[in-house]
Amino acid sequence: MNNDEALHANYNHIVPLIENGTKVLDLGCGDGTLLKKLIDEKNVHGKGIEINQENVIEALHKGLSIIQGDIDEGLEDFADNEMDYVILNQTLQSTQNPDFVIKEMLRVGKHAVVSFPNFAYWRIRFYLLFKGKMPKSKMLPFEWYDTPNIHLLTVRDFFDYCEKRDIKISKSILTRRGKVVNSRLRRTFADIFAEEVIFVIHK
Amino acid sequence: MGKSVGKTELKILKYDDKIKLNSGVEFGPIEIAYETYGELNEQGDNAILVLHALTGDAHAAGYYSESDKKYGWWDEMIGPDKAFDTNKYFVVSSNMLGGCSGTTGPSSINPETGKPYGLTFPVITMEDAVQVQKILVDALGIKKMIVAGGSMGGMQALEWATAYPDYVSKTVIIASTSRLTAQGIAFNAVGRNAILSDENFNGGDYYDKKHPEKGLSVARMIGHITYLCEESMHKKFGRRLQDKSKPDFDFGIDFQVESYLQHQGLTFVERFDANSYLFITKAVDYFDLADKYGSLEEAFKHADSAFLIISFSSDWLFPTEQSKEMTKALVRAGKDVSFCEIQSPCGHDAFLLEFQTQTEIIKSFLKKDTENE
Repeated sequence: MNNDEALHANYNHIVPLIENGTKVLDLGCGDGTLLKKLIDEKNVHGKGIEINQENVIEALHKGLSIIQGDIDEGLEDFADNEMDYVILNQTLQSTQNPDFVIKEMLRVGKHAVVSFPNFAYWRIRFYLLFKGKMPKSKMLPFEWYDTPNIHLLTVRDFFDYCEKRDIKISKSILTRRGKVVNSRLRRTFADIFAEEVIFVIHK
Repeated sequence: MGKSVGKTELKILKYDDKIKLNSGVEFGPIEIAYETYGELNEQGDNAILVLHALTGDAHAAGYYSESDKKYGWWDEMIGPDKAFDTNKYFVVSSNMLGGCSGTTGPSSINPETGKPYGLTFPVITMEDAVQVQKILVDALGIKKMIVAGGSMGGMQALEWATAYPDYVSKTVIIASTSRLTAQGIAFNAVGRNAILSDENFNGGDYYDKKHPEKGLSVARMIGHITYLCEESMHKKFGRRLQDKSKPDFDFGIDFQVESYLQHQGLTFVERFDANSYLFITKAVDYFDLADKYGSLEEAFKHADSAFLIISFSSDWLFPTEQSKEMTKALVRAGKDVSFCEIQSPCGHDAFLLEFQTQTEIIKSFLKKDTENE
């Protein structure tokens, strides 16, 4: 599975999490594929924030409302609880200040959807253990000296974080190669068997 | 990129009535100079009104004759398959009230005295300019349109979107602001002072005498400094000398940048009226959407269009921060808004230079419309 397919699989996990006709803000929305999907399939009122100019143009091309901006600067444009969902898909690990970004998401959104690659996935553990180098994978294809992923984290890290900040997790989806990890055993050891995780959180 | 619209023609609409200006003064008759490109559909809803910047005119695209192939100021953006596609849209451009390129302004003859208005021309605002454009729009049978403008033109687009929301389906604001900064007002004030202190100014009554060309050209030189930025000036001129290897040790033109400014000043006085410069810069200074409605957010609550806001990274006259402020107010007012900052080293001038990216962005934004049709 290449990165594009993985992303599409990930979209298919996120779309069912969003209720029909709600207000959605997608942070780091890229070329707007997910947002467009949510508008088409879930009838949502969507807005996106994206930093890259080419992506902004591509998203405009899809007929979306896009604001070019850096999510690390916060969501100042948006009022408290203005959105039903704020989505941060595959972007948490590349923010400068994840703590601040999540705080802003929970201020603006009644729910926040956060997804990230699990750095404790067994292949990554093995990579580090046996190769002794910063792990690379299809989801994390970058060299350590040239990566946008500056805040890599694990499932357990995220649980700890939520507890510390008194954030409630209402749903979690663990996936491996784009497919939901099903067996109870694997769910129990999510931090080992999940390659990617999607959480729905709220205050 | 598409082709040019080709040969165009400046038309004049005569309005014999009077309009009530923002200042309370009744003013008329008014002539409005305009050009149109493309065809208006039967429903009258495929129009785009483009709005010129400070010293622009109605000639936005095409040329007047084979012998005079001076293309309009936005020719790169208006035409078949261009950003403002004349295959689809009916594009209208008019000269602003108070201007000097066909629309009634201080250099026009006051029918009551038989002499040019000069400083007896009423002080006008952006609201007045837009009110006059509305006369044209109604006369042309336009029911619904997209408004688009850069710099001062963006201010008028904002005024259209908030004052006449029923007319506007989409608003494109480029390198503009809902109110000029103190710094911007300061530069305009210096420009006006240069004109007012010219020995030939004569209280604005100079039309049959020598014109205040020195003052107007200094005003233009100041303007041009604000349209560029440090980086673009450095790239364009550096510290290079003009046609010489050593300085002259006098107060003539030594540096290329001096020569450039002088050239801009000299060519400007041939096409622009000093009184128009005074009246229009004043209108720019007065424009303040937030002040008019209490707050910017409140102002945008009156709008009923989708907005596209474009800024340029090196524009310090109409800085990105101001575009972000508008975007924020639009979001807060619950409006459909997209914002894009184009990376450019060209300063404020970028909006008349960076056509390719602008075209992509605007085309994508306007596409929303045609898809829903």
